[in-house]
Amino acid sequence: MGDETSSKIKIKCEDVWKIFGDGAEDIIKNWDQYKDMNKVERLEKTGCVAGTRQASFKVAEGEIFCLMGLSGSGKSTLLRCINRLHEPTAGKVFIDNQDITALPAPELRDVRRKKIGMVFQHFALLPHRRLVKNAAFGLEIQGMEKKEREKKAYEALELVGLKGWEKSYPYELSGGMQQRVGLARALATNPEILLMDEAFSALDPMIKRQMQDEFVKLIKKVKKTIVFVTHDLHEALKLANHIAIMKDGAIVQQGTPAQIVLNPAKGYVEEFVKDLPKTKFITAQDIMQKLDKWVMPVGSSSEEVTNKMNENNLRYIFLVDENQKIQDTVDYFNLTLLDGFFKSIEDIPKNKRPTHYPTISVSSDTFLESLLDQAADTKVPIVVNDSQGKLQGVISRETILSSLQSA
Amino acid sequence: MNFPIRIPLGHWAEIFVNWLTENFSSVFDSIKVVVEFLLVQLDSFFVWVPWPVALIGLAVVGWIVAGRRVGILTAVCLFSLGCLDLWTIGMSTLALVTTAVFISVLFGLPMGILAAKNPRFDIILKPILDGMQTIPSFVYLIPAIMFFGIGNVPGIIATVIFALPPMVRLTSLGIQQVDHEVVEAGTAFGCTPVQLLLKIQLPLAIPSIMTGVNQTVMMALSMVVVAAMIGAGGLGSKILYSIQRIDLGVGIEAGLGILFIAVVLDRILQGITKKQQDAIMHQK
Repeated sequence: MGDETSSKIKIKCEDVWKIFGDGAEDIIKNWDQYKDMNKVERLEKTGCVAGTRQASFKVAEGEIFCLMGLSGSGKSTLLRCINRLHEPTAGKVFIDNQDITALPAPELRDVRRKKIGMVFQHFALLPHRRLVKNAAFGLEIQGMEKKEREKKAYEALELVGLKGWEKSYPYELSGGMQQRVGLARALATNPEILLMDEAFSALDPMIKRQMQDEFVKLIKKVKKTIVFVTHDLHEALKLANHIAIMKDGAIVQQGTPAQIVLNPAKGYVEEFVKDLPKTKFITAQDIMQKLDKWVMPVGSSSEEVTNKMNENNLRYIFLVDENQKIQDTVDYFNLTLLDGFFKSIEDIPKNKRPTHYPTISVSSDTFLESLLDQAADTKVPIVVNDSQGKLQGVISRETILSSLQSA
Repeated sequence: MNFPIRIPLGHWAEIFVNWLTENFSSVFDSIKVVVEFLLVQLDSFFVWVPWPVALIGLAVVGWIVAGRRVGILTAVCLFSLGCLDLWTIGMSTLALVTTAVFISVLFGLPMGILAAKNPRFDIILKPILDGMQTIPSFVYLIPAIMFFGIGNVPGIIATVIFALPPMVRLTSLGIQQVDHEVVEAGTAFGCTPVQLLLKIQLPLAIPSIMTGVNQTVMMALSMVVVAAMIGAGGLGSKILYSIQRIDLGVGIEAGLGILFIAVVLDRILQGITKKQQDAIMHQK
């Protein structure tokens, strides 16, 4: 979960509407008139169904973006607007700053062939073809020579763990394996974007979880920009970097999983998030406090340290070197005992320091659940380090307790 | 009480058909030449093949596509046909039916595809197909004679009119019934409309199309006597003769001959249909 503003925007939807039925333009223009009606009333009055309305979102390169909503919320419709399986009634879709909605048919086909792979809820495999020919389908459509495309199909099938099954037919496989073929077919063309429509929804719960885990691993290897449609909030929270929650065709809230869980929008989303075990979704990064009040440079005098701790009402403070690495942990009580004897903490021989505490450090993506376990073992606040051991933030026991309360 | 007006529709139809005959005789003549050529080739081929070769060949085909029972049944039926001294005339009927079915598939398949892809065409086509199947076939024998004269060709044309509808309907149905998500997948991977048709829709519609072919064959067989009324040969003409002379023996023999041919064609085509279906629906 990097800083999204700095990375490139891969897909952008601007005010996308999809209205099924005649006279759609009129409905968009006079939406205020219709917006308070429910779907059935609107259908009776206008003969139209609003699939998606005024949906805008951006997907950064390399991230997983989830469209989450119950059935009929318009999430699959919106997904299909991206590659124009559904023609948007209004609004624009950009891929790599290219206006997809304005493309004539041959160029649109080219984008579909080269840039986008798609995975379907019920796999949508060709039942009369062997797996290798299913996986090679996208390449065959591009006109690639048989030998070459089958070689790539073999590679794609191996990537999804189906080595040895190349000559089988789809019906010989279980649901989970069939969806792997669907994934292999989408990956075989090496597209930059994957559109996944409820890809794991038709699978048994156990297989589903296994597929999700493997998918996360796979995606780290192949690096794609992914738009993932699901009705399962757990799945969205597990896979996504960003989530857009949809209701009645509109996006009601967008944000990172933690933002959605910690600050759900009033009403619909709140209701949705209510029963979640939040400790499984909140990470160290979401609750950690900024460093300023928690650290002092390693050479500070005991007086300075004491003052800062009094000021912020702290029991512990960390002494860090110029690389933001922790050198020592100071306990307020021990410090006051020593007061007057030493000018600087540094003056105490290291092995005799009564202030020497082992600290527990975690990475920023540690879930609250495991933070709870670790917090039970120590009084000292937990520190959050990056991969180089550089201090990023501090989580005190009070922070953990209060985040549990909000959860 | 009398109706206020009498519409002279019959008179108009007569004028229209006469007008067609006068102005488009060259078109009808060329159609006649092509159909006649096709029929003669098939007929002379079927008659030329020695009966043991045809019998064993078809029995083997039956065995392969539909199992041992159908293989044996095919052999028994064809052997019985020969034993009733109906082999040559039976082969003529087979040629007639094959020609009619060939023409039906040639036109029915594209019409079915078009009907599946173009709702407006479908709306126009439906009542026409209904008419082709429900108007008694005797009615269009008359214009058939006027356009093509007496003989095999008008018989075949009348047969085609009667046997074409199931081919069109089942092709259209088969294409429309292809799993929506699979078609979407094709589009999502960048298929052109032609690629979509050839790589996804037609292969998955084959069981339905084959059912259409089978029905077309059966309907063509049911037309052989009617076609004989305007001069088509084969077993049909034999049955017609038996009706005119009230000759029960000839009638029963020729009727059984048609039955034997029908059973053989039906079982073999059903076998092929089932095989195609298994490949797609995966019921092994």
